[in-house]
Parts: sequence; structure tokens; C-alpha cells
Amino acid sequence: MAQPDERTNYLNWSHTVKSWLLTTDHKRIAILYMVSITVMFALGGLAAAVIRMALVVPQDTLIRHETYNKMFSMHGVIMVFLFLVPSIPAVLGNFLLPLMVGARDLAFPRLNLLSWYLYIIGGLCVVGAMLAGGVDTGWTFYTPYSSIYSNSHVTLTIVGVFIAGFSSIATGINFIVTTHKMRAPGLTWFRLPLFVWSLYATSIIFVLGTPVVAITLALVVAERVVHLGVFDPALGGDPILFQHLFWFYSHPAVYIMVLPSMGVVSELVPCFSRKRAFGYPFIAFSSLAIAVLGFLVWGHHMFVSGQAVWTGMVFSFLSFLIAVPSAIKVFNWTATMYKGRIWFTAPMLYALGFIGLFTVGGLTGLFLAALTVDVHVHDTYFVIAHFHYIMVGGAIMGYMGGIHFWWPKMTGRLYPEGWAKLAAGITFIGFNLTFFPQFLLGLQGMPRRYHWYPPEWQSLNVLSSAGASILAVGYAIPLTYLIWSLWYGAKAGKNPWGAVGLEWTTTSPPPTHNFPRTPVVTWEAYDYRDEEPPTEEEREPVSVPAGGER
Amino acid sequence: MPRIPLLPPQASNFAQSFDELFYVLLLLSVFFAGLVFSLILFFALRYRRGSRYNRRMGHRGQLALEITWSVIPLVIGLTIFFYAARPYAMLYGNAPSDAMEVFVIGKQWMWHFQHPDGVRENNELHLPAGKAVKLTLISQDVIHSFYVPAFRVHRDVVPGRFTTVWFVPRIPGQYHLLCSQYCGTEHSRMTGTVTVMEPAAYQTWLASGGQREQVTRRSMVQAGEALFDRFACVSCHGFAPARAPSLVDLYGRAEMLESGRTVLADHDYVRTSILEPDKQVVKGYQPIMPSFKGQFTEEEVLELIAFIKSLHTGDGVAGPPTGATMPSVPASEAPRPTRTGTRP
Repeated sequence: MAQPDERTNYLNWSHTVKSWLLTTDHKRIAILYMVSITVMFALGGLAAAVIRMALVVPQDTLIRHETYNKMFSMHGVIMVFLFLVPSIPAVLGNFLLPLMVGARDLAFPRLNLLSWYLYIIGGLCVVGAMLAGGVDTGWTFYTPYSSIYSNSHVTLTIVGVFIAGFSSIATGINFIVTTHKMRAPGLTWFRLPLFVWSLYATSIIFVLGTPVVAITLALVVAERVVHLGVFDPALGGDPILFQHLFWFYSHPAVYIMVLPSMGVVSELVPCFSRKRAFGYPFIAFSSLAIAVLGFLVWGHHMFVSGQAVWTGMVFSFLSFLIAVPSAIKVFNWTATMYKGRIWFTAPMLYALGFIGLFTVGGLTGLFLAALTVDVHVHDTYFVIAHFHYIMVGGAIMGYMGGIHFWWPKMTGRLYPEGWAKLAAGITFIGFNLTFFPQFLLGLQGMPRRYHWYPPEWQSLNVLSSAGASILAVGYAIPLTYLIWSLWYGAKAGKNPWGAVGLEWTTTSPPPTHNFPRTPVVTWEAYDYRDEEPPTEEEREPVSVPAGGER
Repeated sequence: MPRIPLLPPQASNFAQSFDELFYVLLLLSVFFAGLVFSLILFFALRYRRGSRYNRRMGHRGQLALEITWSVIPLVIGLTIFFYAARPYAMLYGNAPSDAMEVFVIGKQWMWHFQHPDGVRENNELHLPAGKAVKLTLISQDVIHSFYVPAFRVHRDVVPGRFTTVWFVPRIPGQYHLLCSQYCGTEHSRMTGTVTVMEPAAYQTWLASGGQREQVTRRSMVQAGEALFDRFACVSCHGFAPARAPSLVDLYGRAEMLESGRTVLADHDYVRTSILEPDKQVVKGYQPIMPSFKGQFTEEEVLELIAFIKSLHTGDGVAGPPTGATMPSVPASEAPRPTRTGTRP
């Protein structure tokens, strides 16, 4: 049953530059995001490489203090605001949300395009500030250093982050409305893919949290430019107030970075175990619980700041609560594999890698939530290691897993499986080699943002830097073969993984309007039967059975 | 391969309680991570595609299981919370009354220490073993953080307000002193050494004037008194009829303000009253005191506080300084308009 428009899809219906830059198609916007986010990742990664190289020796032989400070600031600002926060929502979320709910597009296609432009303008401001000489405040912009003392390009950087923030807000609104209003007939809330639930929870944080950080950073600029005095004690302000406002967004932002990854993993594990997701409603509601609790724990960044002892206790208490929904997810993914038919593809390896890294990151979070232990490791490399396990390990493994899983859908081509498995393995090993020694460094007392350090910490730093170079290889391999696959990869059928979910019922790549007619959903989510996954031949289009819709 | 100990030496009274909790957490983490990893590995191998294991499908999740694996982490988490909270409250709570006080000023990019008896040090802090030390910290520019890994002690040093922390150094030796809050270009050079000495050796060190370059012959109280004289503070504080409240016995007292609020006269209150006197005007007085912002360094403010703290009735140093240029009346004898019953 060949469809009449089988050969036109969202990629090839027009090739003009204008048709890309003025597109309102969520799939094209996803691709625009993917390209720009990859560039940002490369820039942020470059800065990380310089940092790790400089730290091979305890003295400042390679670069000077000022350069070092600007490098870690660039690394943090770009990675957090321009890579980790938008990565999965803006790329995979944009591409998949309408497909997963059976809609033609997002609720507000033009707003979606605007959000990409805001991202680009914000990104250009940040990169411009870097090129103009850089910023040296770190990504946290703590006052009064950022507001009074820093002589670097703080204002332009903040303007960039501020604008990029509106991109997040627009995306969040779009996702929330789409999930509420655009679901196909029969697609009830509890038939939604868990990835949609996680995007929904993420969007809540986008919409509620981002305005707070935007206002906070605007106040820093006001302080720099007109000496407003909100944060400067010399003008009667409170320097700790900034930290409260900043972390009110930035702690939930950690969940922006990891919740979508959890959603991706919740897709991958059932698909490659050929099993229903174990405890679907628990996974779904734990996403919402994380989003809500995420707003109540910001004070755990300030246990040593001088805030009242009782305040510290309340925030510590709440921080322990958030361990529960996180644990629920890990246990449910594990239980999903029980009596499954586990198929070791590259996406599955990334998903398992995610569970491993997230477990380590989550458990070390307990150390930081425990007041006295935090007092010792606060602002040390222990914290660096912890949040890299959660945010980077979590976000990257989920993002890479998701990219591989949906690559055939997005591009119509299969990636080379062997190379992909190799890359997944290298990434996992490189990641652990980079960041595990940092836990040990932190326990020894090495503070973060140190360029010069006592020589007894050198061996662990060398180990970490060696790991970083392995990690770089783990990132470079997929970049190479994914681009290669665009021309030389085997053509993918509709559903190369034998997966369930609406996105697999349309052609690969999907037509501009996603579905020839609005699908009607009559089955539950993750309706995997006890069946072997498709064979090699079945993954390619020739042998996809006609009318492969369920 | 150099030996990599997990934690630095336990050189303070707090270190042990911190470390115990750390090792408990470590064991718990290893257990749970091990559990999850081995289950995943076991399932991955046993139920791999193509293995002959006969699968029975259909279970969707069991409420009892979900509740179990929610409640267990909750209970463990809350237990850890309670164990962690107590030493935390101690560390940042009130120091023992016999604690030796040292004042710490953080500045880009050095640590400045003032011992009450006048010894001053930069980037080096000498302490006697076995004696409780209370640090009162303030920054004169950006936020710094006082961190001694071997003590497991960490406290942010914030401009505009005093923070405190106390501990008992236990083992003589030299320990890293670090600034852990990013404070600008030379952040990673804002390091120093804490030298813990046997009490006898400490006394010898103290007697020899402490560190070479930074010795004042005056104690902090004396230095504060000199400032008090130089700025003629006595012309308002301590005369009858007093234009300003008496400072005798002020420190530690509850002061009733014009706004109706009551504040505890502590370091922060005295500092604010010197630098921003309009902010907290004592009930019954006019806001006539000029601001001394910009005229005193943080060191000098600390000296003034030390002097004011030393003003007690009946212990010899009471009353305004004798070296004042004008004849002085002991403040304790000066009338105290409109204020009643505020003495503790």
C-alpha cells in the first residue's frame, strides 16, 4: 500500500535556504536545533579540553589564571545554557512530541521557530562575549563578584543567557499546550509515551523557573550598569539573595537536563527488552514529583553560606525526599528488563550506561544532601564529579541513546551498529575515567575552579585528563559516522526496531504533515508482545510489510 | 603508585563524626549501586535476545513492590538526614564559652587573621591543639570561603555580614587552608597554611610575637580603643546628657529600636551601627550619628567591636577610654533616657 507521497518527506520537499530558515515544521526546527546545539557542544567541549590539559600540571605553565577562569566560565555557560538545557527537549522533543501524540505539528509552530531564533541570538551574544575577551565569573555569576568586581564581559554574556531563556520558555509553553490539546483520538494521558510525560514535567520547570533566573540575571546587569544595589552589601544589598534566586531556577534546571534523558531511557528499555514498561504510572508520576520537588531544594547549594542552621536543615530534609522518585525510576527500569528479550543495540547500551551513571550520580547526591558531609565536600571536585555524572552523564547518554534510536526516523538512514556500540563503550569508559577520580580529588579537598593546586593531587588530575581524551574520542566517532550515514547508511524502514508508538507508524523520514490521516489510538503504551525483534532484513524498507500500521 | 587515602587526616573534633557518616553513606551507596548493577547485568545476560530462557509475560508492576522500593530509600534518607543534622548544628552553632576567638578577613586574594592579643597573620594561621577556636569571618570584597579539609570545616566569608564557625584542632601539624568560593583571577592562589601546635609551643610562638612582619604591640581591644579616641566617639557615647546610647554592657544585650523591633547587639549589629547608623536607631535617640562607611577597614571595625565588647561595668575597663581628649564620665553613670529594663 504505497502512499502517493512516499518519496516526499520533510527533508526533501524543498532544498532552498529560505525553506529551512523560515520553516515552521517542528521536524526541520529540530534539525536546526540539532546543528546549532552540536556547534555549541563542540565549543563547550573545546573549553573543557583546555581546562583538563591545564590541570595536568599543578602550576600554571600552560595558560594563565585569567585564561583559565575564562575557559571554565565559557565551558559552564555554553554547556549549561546552550547545550544541556535545550539538548533533548529542543532536538528530540521538537521532532518527536507531535509524532508521538499523533499531531501535525506543535500547537504554535511560529512560536517554535521564534524560539530557535531566540536561541541563536542568545548563543551569538554569548559567543560574541567570548570572542570579545571572555567572561570570568563562572556560569553561576555569583554576586558581588559578577555585579561589581569582574572586569570581563559579564553584561553581554548575561544578555545572551537572558535571551536564550525566552527560547526555553517558548518551548515549554508549546510543549504543554501540545500535550494537552493535540493528542490523537484515543491517546489518553495514560497511553502517552513516558518520554512525553518527561517533556511535560520539563516544560513545567521551563515555564515556572526560567523567568526567575532571567529576572535575577537582569538584576545583576542593572547592578553593573546603574548600581542598583540589590546584591551589593556596600549599597545595602544582600549578596546571598542572588544565590537564593539563582538556585531557585538552577537547581530545577538540573532536572531540565536529566528528566528528558529519563524519558528517553523509558522508551529505550521497554523497546529493547520487548516488554511493557514496569510500573508505567510510577515512572510517569515520578517525573512530575521530581519537577515539583526540584523547586523546593535550592537551599542545599548554600549549606555553608551562612544561612540559618534551621534553613539548612529544611533544605536537607527536602533534598532527601527527591531521592525517592529518582530511585523509583531506576528500580522500574531494572524491573522492566526482568524476563525481557534483551536486544543489545547501541541505543540500549547508551540507556544502560545512563542507568549506571545516573545511579552513581544520584547516590553521591545523598552525600551532598547530608549536611555535615556536604560541609566537607562543598565546592570541591566531589560536587563537580557528582553533577557531571547527573547532568552530563545523564544528559549525554540519554541524548546519544535517543539520537541513535530515532536517527532512522529522523534521517531515513540506519547508522553503522558496530561503530555505534564501540562509541557507546568508549564514552562510558572515558566518562568514568574522567569523573570518578574527581570524586577522590574532592574528598581530598581540591576546590573547584582551581588552576593551581598542591602537587599531591596531580596523579588524580592526570588520570582525569587522560579520561577526558578518551571521552573526546567517544564523542568524535558518532559525529563522524552519523554524518557519513546521511549519504551511505542503509535506508531505514518505517520501524527498524519493531517499536510501538505512533512515530513508528509513519514513513522514515516522516512527511511534512507527519501522518496521512490522523491516527486513532486503540492500544496501551508499550504494547510489546513476546516476540523476537525484527531481523536485519526486516530493518530495511524492502521487507517492511505493507500497511505496517498497527 | 602513590597511596591515595580517601579522606585527609582527622585533625579536628568534627572530623570523626563527619567521616563516620561518610563511610556509612559509602557503604550504602556501594550496596545499592552493586544491587542495581548486578541485577541489570544478570537480567541482561539471562534474558538476552536469543537465550533459551522461557519467559512468562504479562506482569505490569505490582503496587507492593513499588511501595517497598519507595519506602526503603525514604527511611534510609531520613535516617541519614537526622544523623547529619546534629553535628551541622553544632559546627555553626554557639562555640563553647572558653573558645579562643580569631577574626578572619578575606580579601582578593589573601587571608588575614587577627588574634585578639594583637598578633596578625596573612595566609598563615597558628592555633594551639586541643583548644576550641571560634572564627568570626567577614570579607572586604567578594564572597570567599574558608576551607580546611583536614578539619572538615568550611564557611563562606561574605561581605557585609559576619559568619562564624568553631572547632577544636586536635593533631599538631600543617594543613591546607583553601578558598573554595570562586573569587576572581587569583582564586586558586588564595591558599595558606593552618599550623596546629602543641600548646606549649604555641605559647612560645605567641611570646616571640608570632609571625615576623605582622606584629602590632597592641591587642585588638587596645587598637579599638585608640580608634575610639581618634574618632572622638566618646563625645556622643557616654556623656550626660547622652546624645547616644551608652556602649557599656552593650554587647550581647537586646536593644529596643525606634522601629519597635528588638535586636541582639552582636557583631553584625555593632558593625551596621558604625557603618550605617541610620539603619537601626535605638529607641529614644535621634538618628544623628554620621556614617563611618569608607573610614574604617574591616580590620578596624573588628577592633572597634572588640573594644566595645570589652566595656563592662565594674571590671576595670568600664567607661569611656581615659585617653579621650575631653573629660570623661563613666558611661554606666550617665542617665539613660527612656530606656528601662533592657539590661540582662
